[in-house]
Amino acid sequence: MLSVENLSTTYQAPGAKPVLAASNINFSVPTGRLFTLLGPSGCGKTTTLRSIAGLERPSKGVIKAHDTVVYSSAGNIFVAPNHRQFGMVFQSYAIWPHMTVFQNAAFPLQVQKKRLSGKDIRDKVMKVLAAVSLDHVEEREATRLSGGQQQRLALARALVMEPRLLLLDEPLSNLDAKLRDKMRFELKKMQRELGLTTIYVTHDQSEALALSHEIAVMNEGKIVQIGSPRDIYERPANTFVADFIGTTNFVEGIVRGGTDDRLVVDTRIGQLNVNAQPGVSIGANVSLSIRPEDVHLSDTAPAPSSNSLFIGTVRAKVFLGECQDFKIDVNETQLLARAHPSVRTLVGEQIHIAIDPEKCTLLAA
Amino acid sequence: MAVTTPDGSTVHTSLGQGWGRSFDMKWVIIGLCIVVVAWLALIPLGFLIWQSFASTSTAQVPAVFTLENYATAFGTTDSLGLMFNSLKFAFGTAAFALVLGTFFAWVNERTNTPFKSLFFAMSIVPLIIPGILFTVSWIMLASPQIGIFNQIFRDWFGLATPLFNIYSLTGMIWVDGLHYAPIAFLLVTAAFRSMDPSLEESALMSGASVVQVAFKITLKLAWPAILAAFLILFVRGIESFEVPALLGLPVGLRVYTSAIYDAVHSYPSDIGLASAYAMALLLVTSLGIYYQSRLSSQGSRFSTVTGKGFRPRVSDIGRWRYAAAGIFILYCIFVVALPFLVLFWASLQKYYAAPSWAALHNLSFAAYGKVLAYPGFYGVVWNSAKLAIGGATVVMLLTSVICWITIKTKIPGRWVLDMLASLPLVFPGIVLGLSLMIFYLNFDIGIYGTLWIMLMAYVIKFLPYGMRYNSTSMIQIHKELEESAAMSGASWFTIFRRIVLPLLKPGLMAGWIYIIVVSVRELSSSILLYSPGNEVISIMIWEFWQNGQYIELSAFGVMMITALFCFLMVVQTLSKRFGVKDV
Ligand SMILES: Nc1ncnc2c1ncn2[C@@H]1O[C@H](COP(=O)(O)OP(=O)(O)OP(=O)(O)O)[C@@H](O)[C@H]1O
Ligand SMILES: [Mg+2]
Repeated sequence: MLSVENLSTTYQAPGAKPVLAASNINFSVPTGRLFTLLGPSGCGKTTTLRSIAGLERPSKGVIKAHDTVVYSSAGNIFVAPNHRQFGMVFQSYAIWPHMTVFQNAAFPLQVQKKRLSGKDIRDKVMKVLAAVSLDHVEEREATRLSGGQQQRLALARALVMEPRLLLLDEPLSNLDAKLRDKMRFELKKMQRELGLTTIYVTHDQSEALALSHEIAVMNEGKIVQIGSPRDIYERPANTFVADFIGTTNFVEGIVRGGTDDRLVVDTRIGQLNVNAQPGVSIGANVSLSIRPEDVHLSDTAPAPSSNSLFIGTVRAKVFLGECQDFKIDVNETQLLARAHPSVRTLVGEQIHIAIDPEKCTLLAA
Repeated sequence: MAVTTPDGSTVHTSLGQGWGRSFDMKWVIIGLCIVVVAWLALIPLGFLIWQSFASTSTAQVPAVFTLENYATAFGTTDSLGLMFNSLKFAFGTAAFALVLGTFFAWVNERTNTPFKSLFFAMSIVPLIIPGILFTVSWIMLASPQIGIFNQIFRDWFGLATPLFNIYSLTGMIWVDGLHYAPIAFLLVTAAFRSMDPSLEESALMSGASVVQVAFKITLKLAWPAILAAFLILFVRGIESFEVPALLGLPVGLRVYTSAIYDAVHSYPSDIGLASAYAMALLLVTSLGIYYQSRLSSQGSRFSTVTGKGFRPRVSDIGRWRYAAAGIFILYCIFVVALPFLVLFWASLQKYYAAPSWAALHNLSFAAYGKVLAYPGFYGVVWNSAKLAIGGATVVMLLTSVICWITIKTKIPGRWVLDMLASLPLVFPGIVLGLSLMIFYLNFDIGIYGTLWIMLMAYVIKFLPYGMRYNSTSMIQIHKELEESAAMSGASWFTIFRRIVLPLLKPGLMAGWIYIIVVSVRELSSSILLYSPGNEVISIMIWEFWQNGQYIELSAFGVMMITALFCFLMVVQTLSKRFGVKDV
């Protein structure tokens, strides 16, 4: 269990203007959960993570891990990073080039306060090396490992100390695409099995969606939304989140009317039905986010339903194997759509469009 | 035009077209530079080797081939002791300087010790206080007879025997090690800065303490660089002349450099023996430089440089930071404050006396007046200025062409040129002086005994420095900058003068200033090459010392240090870009 309250971190280089890299960060992570900090480059994810690690000294706030306060500006408490017992995997892996694989993994046990016998250390290290399938290269020089192996060694080194918290800073970003998918899967499996409370930093939204129990999207040093992957994807709190989390169609409009649970919005592509939301009244300017995969296409007219129906003209289409991407003009507004390969309509022809009210996310304009 | 690789050929044909008309000029200048460098680097060395196999010739007996010099230089117990002393002294100096320098580098780069901003300022101190003045000031501080420390302990604590004896191997190592520590500091700092910060941070996250991180990660990773720094310091130590001559010779503690000086200055002078000693010395320095360059080039396994620009966080070392700052302040006192103050004190006296209430009544500026009125004073200063500025200019221009050849062209064999220009790194000053002396005594072209031979010595000695400054900036000049000038129709000479030299300017200026400063304090080559009438500043200080004119020496020293300090300050403020650092 980790809780972060009102955390702010400022970088003050001598002679330079201070940089407020993380401001007023609040979140808490229940035991055993994987929590992701997601955001574009330079938004302060690493800063937040390093503040939790104790590698940066925050300017204010409280950080509690399992009910021990490791940082508190008011209480003037700052536990040194080497006393926090948090495992951390760095983006560069930081594998020590002057040690073997075994020595790298054994280091945390050799320097800890509680003295372990050589045999105990060996047993523990071999167990964790086996878990990341590196036990067969234990005597190898650590620099003679492949990228994926180095990444696993870094993980093993963080795990061997039985950390109270696992901190991961873009651990997959240095791997190629194939390996990244495989490691993502293994990382998830390991985290779930060990039940380790984990903070994960990434700028890759698909990684975040695939791994996390909960995601915090950051922008310019602030958290702009916290929620489950589904929440964030389906109900982005603002345009920044919707834009960042994936490609989407933004459609502006005015609320014309509706019932208790449905609203009718007048937009440039026509009338759209959307789920009602508290605080949005008739006459309000709104903005809707519709994912391309939620724009249903069909060659013939679909059966009538609660879906909003339109007809558009195909402007372009790209065949991607498992799906096709379409650009469609509807009343001179362009919509992006992702459809099943079975859709046959050619460029220039008319196509039928259906949009499920459930999938239209209403954003504050 | 020689073209070896497909890559090279494109460069050359394009350059060749642009420079077709001034083809001659280009090759004349390049050829001239090659000849000059080869002449400078090889002739004295070759002659020295030859001389070490020759017997001493007299009017009646011509020199013949002999191994006797080597027998004397290596075969006697005396000579074994000499080698042993030299190695002990160099090793001790290097180790002491390295321990101090590494400690300061770590404190400065990785801890929250106060006064850190002073560290870099301190690193130019060995530039400002010449070795001979530093040594003399330590004699005034810690000699058994006149040393202030010893007098204090005698007067305050009633010690009968002097506590400190600067005239000893320990004393020599102490003085030279203190003086060289800033070099170690700069070298190790560079290594620490090129390290990926996350390597240390991950150790910290693993639970290691600050000290464990320092010893198990930081120092281990910097080890190749630290070893290389040790070799550089070792070579400096074994080449060192001022300290062994002033502190060792009076008590018969000889090392190679002082033994060479002794052999030349004994009567009759024994050039053959001096040459054999010089060969032994060259052997040691060559080995040192060879291993150092091997270490620097094979550091790739440990290469820890990443693209990450941010420096590692500094560790809070708690109360220890006051201890660290204390050690640093003590170091500053030993290396700057006390030496300067003791010289200043001495310069205000009429006759040399240790500081006391009685002596305080005799303060006067008479010594300064004496020095200024000293016969030949202005000539000496003028000589030094001519040599320093002339030498620095020649070196920087010559090495700019050489660097251009070795970095920007694909001419086969250019590495030979690089090697020749770096060769003087292995010449200890006194060996260089000796070889030039012998050569131009035997082949009299009229420069022996003039300023020209000293200019030649300075140019040779500082060629490698010029190479380093110029190559660093030459590498940064993109070749398209030259090629576009060539396409505009400029000749090679014009391109070099209008494009290359201006772009090199930061490096050129920094190197030029550095060479000026080190030229002014050059002693070990000059000591064998000067003749009455063309002394330079460092020789004048040496003579003051030999004549026992401590007061004049101190006044002159204070003026020199102040002048060098002002020179550097003016230069620094004129352009912040010219960092003057001793590496
Ligand atoms: N040591 C530092 N000194 C000064 N500014 C810093 C320092 N470290 C980071 N910053 C600045 O703080 C801001 C946040 O940086 P941070 O490293 O937390 O970004 P990030 O979200 O991890 O980005 P990325 O995805 O590129 O790693 C950036 O503007 C960065 O330039
Ligand atoms: Mg980052």
